Amino acid sequence: MMENDHLVLRVVSKIMMPFILLFALYVQFHGDYGPGGGFQAGAIFAAGMILYGLVFGLHRARKVLPWKALMFLIPLGLLIYIGVGVVSLLLGGRFLDYDTLNPHHPHAGQHLGILLVEAGVGITVAAVLTAVFYAFAGRGVKQ
Amino acid sequence: MSGFFYVDLVLFAILTVTAITIAQLRHLYAAAMLSGLFSLVCASIFVLLDAVDVAFTEAAVGAGITTVLFLSALALTNARERFTPRRLGLPALIVVTITGATLIYASQDLPVVGSLDSPVQTHPLKSVYLEESVQETGIPNVVTTVLASYRGYDTMGEVAVIFTAGIGVLLLLARTRKPRSEAGSS
Repeated sequence: MMENDHLVLRVVSKIMMPFILLFALYVQFHGDYGPGGGFQAGAIFAAGMILYGLVFGLHRARKVLPWKALMFLIPLGLLIYIGVGVVSLLLGGRFLDYDTLNPHHPHAGQHLGILLVEAGVGITVAAVLTAVFYAFAGRGVKQ
Repeated sequence: MSGFFYVDLVLFAILTVTAITIAQLRHLYAAAMLSGLFSLVCASIFVLLDAVDVAFTEAAVGAGITTVLFLSALALTNARERFTPRRLGLPALIVVTITGATLIYASQDLPVVGSLDSPVQTHPLKSVYLEESVQETGIPNVVTTVLASYRGYDTMGEVAVIFTAGIGVLLLLARTRKPRSEAGSS
């Protein structure tokens, strides 16, 4: 995309970017209390990255969130999720039984477990969706 | 309540018109944009049904990301559907009619939306989830509790599915090796 094209789009999306990403984090960490959770947050975060890539070009988006980082984040989210289950097993509970994460306060354990698990979901979803967009857009631009 | 009824009516009318238009269109860019509109209207209906979590997902994924992916795929292929001469497909008409009649017949058995004696309301698990989950976990949003705690295995499977699907798409589409003219990391 030409650098001096679409001035309005570039200015507006630059203004909106921090709000989109902040909203994604809000949905991620407020999922215990309001609507939302890891999947929605990941999708919103990826939508923000895709908007950036569409308006400013794929090469700029890849500078913000490089391909290698995505290849690291995609399995990381799933591993965090499974890791929480393994930790709860090692602490003497059942797989994904968050009560054991904090034996004195099961509620705190539930909060911690759900927070970590939702973080895992969010990381994998955001990384997969962004990577799929990179893959599609990368073929179009460079061939 | 009648106000909600008219909003529902208008939204479903938009949904139907959009679906018919998508089926008629040959220009696939326009069809992709209209499918985004379809998802957005769906999300509005989900909000009216108090399914805010689902509406969130539908708006972000259906209206946003899927539309962009459709457009990216069209940029790689052909944006116009190949012309096929219109024929009166009698077998197709019969199949569609039978399927539609079956669905309408089956929908007679569905409980009315919001009715008190539907299985959703009378199932014993409902009271467990709605009344005891807050005491058990201390988390007000029951949807999150069910998804991440009570049904943690399911959600882990879903993440594994997303992971696997993503890896599959990237194996097919991503170019890990750069063309010779370019250097750098990828």
